[in-house]
Amino acid sequence: MGDVMTVDSYAFLPRAFRPMYEAAPQFEHEPMWAEFGMPLAEARIGLLSSAGMFLSGEQEPFDVERERQEPTWGDPTLRIIPNDVTQAQIDATHLHINTADLLTDLNVALPIDRLNEFADEGIIGSASPEHFSVMGFQQEGAEVWRTTTGPEIAARCHLLDIDALILAPA
Amino acid sequence: MPVLARVIEAAGIPTVTITMMPELAEKYRSSRVLGVEFPFGHTFGVVGDAAMQGQTLRAGLDLLATATEPETRVDLDTVWPGDPKQAYKDWQPSEPSPIVKHSIEAIRKARREAADRDS
Repeated sequence: MGDVMTVDSYAFLPRAFRPMYEAAPQFEHEPMWAEFGMPLAEARIGLLSSAGMFLSGEQEPFDVERERQEPTWGDPTLRIIPNDVTQAQIDATHLHINTADLLTDLNVALPIDRLNEFADEGIIGSASPEHFSVMGFQQEGAEVWRTTTGPEIAARCHLLDIDALILAPA
Repeated sequence: MPVLARVIEAAGIPTVTITMMPELAEKYRSSRVLGVEFPFGHTFGVVGDAAMQGQTLRAGLDLLATATEPETRVDLDTVWPGDPKQAYKDWQPSEPSPIVKHSIEAIRKARREAADRDS
């Protein structure tokens, strides 16, 4: 890890969108902080991706048909992905990214295999038995994330004794 | 995603956000941000490249373990392999998303109305 390079937040974004994001105001005025006061090697770690993954044949896909009818709405609901999931179980619905690569190797967006390797190596204490999947385009749906989906994930983290969560916007 | 990060953090669960748009995460005052200059949909790296994916995840975990104050940002100095123009094309969906189509139509409509007013 190094901090020599400064990441260009717009390197892969269509150029037309750049001014909108650059001109966006500060959305929040207070910092938010939960202390991580323990050795990494003792911590239970969970993952959260917004790549729109779900369990094929077992869970409802994210509702992209409604999004096609209501372009400012995105499905704000949650899918639980078990830690022992196999690649064959993974499907995805997402109208904003090409999901072909994550349907070949889910670790590009939800690195469950890497997390389990780190647990085996003792780098972390354990991988959470469950991880979290949402669909990352949210405009109208963001309020549901704030009032329902977010608290649902937090409650599940407490129930599963998750010590920290790695969030991966897609 | 920054909305979720704040709700989860407020409930006492520490978070690290690994993101292609660290500036956006900063606008939400996210607690711990790892910036990656990767194409969208590929937060941890290249398909099949376990070493790259592991390096990215490890950097996020290291940030979790070492950050001592809110709004700590670290940028990963990994360069996406291959042709960036091709990667830019490859991450995008086969057709524009509904909101992009909607926005383009709105812009065109505004231009037509402006042209009608001027004529």
